[in-house]
Amino acid sequence: MKAYLILEDGTVFKGQSVGSTKEAISEIVFNTSMTGYLEVLSDPSYAGQAVVMTYPLIGNYGITPDMESNKAWPDGYIIKEISRLPSNFRSWGGLNEFLIRQDIPGICKIDTRALTKLLREKGTMNGMITTDEAFKTEEVLQRIKAYRTKDAVARVTCKSRFIADDEDFKSWTPSEKEADIGNKCVNSSGIGKGSKKKFRVALMDFGAKRNIIRSLQNRGCEVVVFPAFASANEIIGNKPDGIMLSNGPGDPEDNKSIIKEIKTLYETTIPIFGICLGHQLMALAMGGKTYKLKYGHRGGNHPVKELVTGRVYISSQNHGYAVEAGSIDESIGKEAFVNVNDGTNEGFIYARKGVFTVQFHPEACPGPTDTAFLFDRFIDSMKT
Amino acid sequence: MPKREDIKKVLVIGSGPIVIGQAAEFDYAGTQACRSLKEEGVEVVLLNSNPATIMTDKDIADRVYIEPLVPEVIEQLIIKEKPDCVLPTLGGQAGLNLAMELEESGFLKSHNVKLIGTGAQAIKKAEDRLMFKTTMEKIGEPCAPSMVVESIAEGVEFADSIGFPVVLRPAYTLGGSGGGIASNKRQLREILENGLRLSRVGQVLVERCIAGWKEIEYEVMRDTAGNCITVCNMENIDPVGVHTGDSIVVAPSQTLSDKEYQMLRSAALNIINELGIEGGCNVQFALDPETFEYCVIEVNPRVSRSSALASKATGYPIAKVAAKIALGYTLDEIKNTVTGKTYASFEPMLDYCVVKIPRLPFDKFIGARRALTTQMKATGEVMSICDNFEGALMKALRSLEQHVDSLKSYDYSKLTMEELEELLIIVDDLRIFRIAEALRRGIPRQDIHELTKIDSWFIDKIAILCEMERTLSEKPLTAEILKEAKRLEFPDSVIAKLTGKDEQQIYDMRIENNIICAYKMVDTCAAEFEAQTPYYYSVYGSENEAKRNKDKKKVLILGSGPIRIGQGIEFDYCSVHCAWAFEEEGYETIIVNNNPETVSTDFDIADKLYFEPLSAEDVKSIVELEKPDGAVVQFGGQTAIKLTEDIMKMGVPILGTAAENIDAAEDRERFDKILEECGISRPAGHTVFTAEEAKRAAHELGFPVLVRPSYVLGGQGMQIAINDHDIDMFMGIINRFTQEHPILVDKYLQGKEIEVDAVCDGSDILIPGVMEHIERAGIHSGDSISVYPAKTISERAKATIVEYTKRLARSLHVIGLINIQFIVVDEDVYVIEVNPRSSRTVPYISKVTGIPIVKLASKVIMGSTIKELGYEPGLQKESDYYAIKMPVFSFEKIRGADISLGPEMKSTGECLGIASTFHEALYKAFLGAGIRLPKYKNMIMTIRDSDQEEACEIAKRFEAIGYKIYATRGTARALNLAGVEAQTINKIEQESPTLMDLILGHRIDLVIDTPEQGSERAKDGFVIRRCAIETGVNVLTAIDTAKALITSLENSDIRELTLIDIAKI
Repeated sequence: MKAYLILEDGTVFKGQSVGSTKEAISEIVFNTSMTGYLEVLSDPSYAGQAVVMTYPLIGNYGITPDMESNKAWPDGYIIKEISRLPSNFRSWGGLNEFLIRQDIPGICKIDTRALTKLLREKGTMNGMITTDEAFKTEEVLQRIKAYRTKDAVARVTCKSRFIADDEDFKSWTPSEKEADIGNKCVNSSGIGKGSKKKFRVALMDFGAKRNIIRSLQNRGCEVVVFPAFASANEIIGNKPDGIMLSNGPGDPEDNKSIIKEIKTLYETTIPIFGICLGHQLMALAMGGKTYKLKYGHRGGNHPVKELVTGRVYISSQNHGYAVEAGSIDESIGKEAFVNVNDGTNEGFIYARKGVFTVQFHPEACPGPTDTAFLFDRFIDSMKT
Repeated sequence: MPKREDIKKVLVIGSGPIVIGQAAEFDYAGTQACRSLKEEGVEVVLLNSNPATIMTDKDIADRVYIEPLVPEVIEQLIIKEKPDCVLPTLGGQAGLNLAMELEESGFLKSHNVKLIGTGAQAIKKAEDRLMFKTTMEKIGEPCAPSMVVESIAEGVEFADSIGFPVVLRPAYTLGGSGGGIASNKRQLREILENGLRLSRVGQVLVERCIAGWKEIEYEVMRDTAGNCITVCNMENIDPVGVHTGDSIVVAPSQTLSDKEYQMLRSAALNIINELGIEGGCNVQFALDPETFEYCVIEVNPRVSRSSALASKATGYPIAKVAAKIALGYTLDEIKNTVTGKTYASFEPMLDYCVVKIPRLPFDKFIGARRALTTQMKATGEVMSICDNFEGALMKALRSLEQHVDSLKSYDYSKLTMEELEELLIIVDDLRIFRIAEALRRGIPRQDIHELTKIDSWFIDKIAILCEMERTLSEKPLTAEILKEAKRLEFPDSVIAKLTGKDEQQIYDMRIENNIICAYKMVDTCAAEFEAQTPYYYSVYGSENEAKRNKDKKKVLILGSGPIRIGQGIEFDYCSVHCAWAFEEEGYETIIVNNNPETVSTDFDIADKLYFEPLSAEDVKSIVELEKPDGAVVQFGGQTAIKLTEDIMKMGVPILGTAAENIDAAEDRERFDKILEECGISRPAGHTVFTAEEAKRAAHELGFPVLVRPSYVLGGQGMQIAINDHDIDMFMGIINRFTQEHPILVDKYLQGKEIEVDAVCDGSDILIPGVMEHIERAGIHSGDSISVYPAKTISERAKATIVEYTKRLARSLHVIGLINIQFIVVDEDVYVIEVNPRSSRTVPYISKVTGIPIVKLASKVIMGSTIKELGYEPGLQKESDYYAIKMPVFSFEKIRGADISLGPEMKSTGECLGIASTFHEALYKAFLGAGIRLPKYKNMIMTIRDSDQEEACEIAKRFEAIGYKIYATRGTARALNLAGVEAQTINKIEQESPTLMDLILGHRIDLVIDTPEQGSERAKDGFVIRRCAIETGVNVLTAIDTAKALITSLENSDIRELTLIDIAKI
């Protein structure tokens, strides 16, 4: 079936429909990862966005147990070519079936490079994926332009507090057998569950990726997941050894109430580690400013430099907003990481002991695991 | 970290002659590195014995030594030039081994010279099998169970304990020489014996066979501060068991999930951190396709063939960055020249797919075993880029120039199902065509996967291509189908064949439906950042990014494609210099080429690089976009010459010698006429098409005759026939492929072979020098030792040669380069071949005379005259130096190849000997080619009757310098009669001890075996030669070569060589 991608500037890409055939209007962003399409699809940070994959061959290894949450989140999926035959020992099906089951509309066989260049030059734009050949440009453009990502965090956060355990990771996989294979693999690649629980970590779920939880569990933490709107007191009352502010979707400034609670958490002595949206919210809580990047950072190849050591790490990134580096008073927080490519802020270390945040994703999935040591730092800060 | 202040003068070691396993990639890496070092104000001293390289140009390094790569030479060079550092990791295994030898002997330390880049300790840890294994165990990176053995007994015991099959890898050899897989004890003994001998340290690794696992490589970089990145990963389509150099390789990996990708990436970084690599490094893994189990196969602590491929596949200049790291910079301080905005500390993201296919030399070695093993056999490779895998595969196939344009190019349709299935298991260069046939017959993908162990994803992609073949041949051709076929990169010619239409119809239908290709940029970052790189590849069905520059005159320069025997790195040298010359004159230069190993495909050589197949259709698409003002074909070897007619039809003027004149040199009748007009003789000959005609011609001329196809290079298919039987056989071989042009049968003349390159501006000619071949006519000029200046011909003959060159250049209206080969019999000069184009000898003669021939020729092509360029026409004054170009062979790599020399070229590379005396130059040339004598002072001679008189002379001289000579009965008798104390030794079929025992006893320095001419080659001789070559014994098959060798040995001493700075000539 034919499908169309209409951008708010009026550009129309004609392609073929994949996944669901329903219409979707969303913010169009691109991701440059060459592997990890499933992790991207299941990353809650993409709620309210439609993703373009710049790598042209997608779905090669099918659907594996590598989900980062229980479902796929993007409003739409835009690719060049979908693999006819998925091939991998862990694969249980093809990407197209998956998109259909997840009701994600997609479009393929379009010039994703031309689209990416457009987004790079004009900045992130809204767009619509539709299979309706008879769309009326004028009418559609108005709707596209009107689109705003709203209440993104509310959409993705958990409904109530729970203690993360293995069941959460099995919940999505289609059968026991496949779950087994999945877990075995995950363990053998060092991403499995840990054994003895030494610390309790309260995770504020703004749309957390599973591997944040797994990374903590592997280091001996019991992870208590709190809804994004939990109060600081509720969290403190749980007596955590550390607080994890997770990644998540949307404009950080939309989360006024959460920011207030984070301010309260800052006033305790509990170590706090923030990732991505967590990083931005902490900055806002400390009087900093955020701004929207022209087209964001989404991919697995971004160099970040730790200013104290001068070391450069390759990181996994997914953010459309950034913290203005000079917006936080030096006496409150110091810039800890910068992006080598464009000099944007990638992390802060705060004056209050045990509080540090990063813009990138040390939990990877997809992408390089070079900065996983930050979880160790977080654990160390809980020890002292 | 900023640049180190203690580095002012660096010695860079190159990789020497092109051999299988070590090709043009090191010229690319070395050139890039030297330029990168010079950019930083460092003085560069370069040592490389290979004169055909760009890196040995005086504009690349400050001081250039084209001298043998042996420790004695480097020692003398270090004493002479006093560099403060040596950069050893850019010259392949050859350069690395040499630097390690000097480090281990303490020479570097005692002369206060540091190794920069990856240090000696790291190199040892990566290269020494035992240390490597221990290191991997320490950091928990798995290796296949293995043991380093130093004897056969040890190997057998270990193999018994882990079970067969086992893989054998000798330590410190290049291209996996002497390695292999043994399935039983007999094979184990055979391979092990050979491997132990070839290893520089007498060690062979015996390991668990993981054949059938996926082979995955990572190209990684690390700086002194410990920052690490991976440039690219690559997946071998052929599973473990085939050398990665002989595998079809795709980048990035296609069948790995992020978990697998990151697991191996982390392992690679873990490894280079532990080893302490400072620069580029290649890590190879085997990955079990059914679990997450993996093992580390190998680490190359240097730039490599794979790193050249990764550089071209991603746009990330690995060698350049490695050189900067060696100077002390960290990755985040080095600019990414592609974007100009970002830094070297990032990982390239591809938004396309890259396929590499090796160029194997089985068309040259017809009798050789085609099986692919862990011993590399490819002489070169092609790369292609497309936005889909099928398209990339199709493009790469036609880039090979092996009469292949689709998966139907080899016909297996006559095989029975049983035969086909059996043949699917055989791993050779043609397997992909059999897989396609199997798919056409409906053999399930799963079955093919089980037989071949190739991932089903790739098999399905081949199936998609086969389905398109079927659609095209069965369904009416619609625009929709055509569009899809073009997306899959089916050439118009193949579509025409399959649909029963002609090519023009397909082309017209494409134009009508606007199905034209677009060009996309290779930008390292999947369009995330704006890039400036003018590096393009074509795709169908997308938006075009390449913009035509309207302001400048544009020249199209056609490259020479994959490195193969007969068309090597020298043509890349010419293409690059041509581009530079045109740029100097204000042209926009556009290079088209498909060889990832070369300098010409570095994106900063030409103004624009199109990484595309060199087929007429692919070039036409570029022409339609760029509308160049002219095209240059004379520098890209036969690959470019073959396109002349097509380019003219596209309406692009051929700059330089006109197409009709190029044709006149190849068309026998027209050429004969020209010779007649010029009053020049040539050996009598005829043009024929059939074997019957050939025999008739031969009888008229009288045997021996030369038989060869016209329009070929490297004497491909050229043979000396001494009887009708030979003619039948040779004609059969030539006519395996339909010949568009007639076959030539010429009288074979024995005399001195002379070669001349000349620049002609239409009226004047410039001859930089006259070269003479040491071997008599009958041995391909590329396989002969070439001496400049010519030494044994008279001044009168020389004058005749100059005069003939002038006449020929004029009557062929040559504008640019011409190469002529003559035979001089007494004072009579005959022309045997004229090539109105650049030749193999151009880089060498340029360097030894100091005359930049390609530059001059390019400027002449642009309209300057020789006089305007400041040169006096005619033969230039002879240089103060003798320069000798020595062919280098890779026979030990190709099992079953006959090593005897003849009219068909067999050498893969060359080295130079340059000195003020002939003898020293000759000695250096032999030394550079790896013939380092004497050792044991034992030699074997088996000489054909016609050579025996001369052989006696040679034997006496060897005897005089202390050699003991063994000879077969006939030869021994002749030698004894001549007063040489030769000892008779039994032939192979006779009782022990035989020749073979002697060779295998490893006390033999040299075998001189001159085979009978023609096809009646004794089987015995073949076995002796193979056996000697595989045992690492030097074998000479031409009496003239033997004479030259003894002359050089009599007169020279390795301790008293004078080193010559080419940059000062």
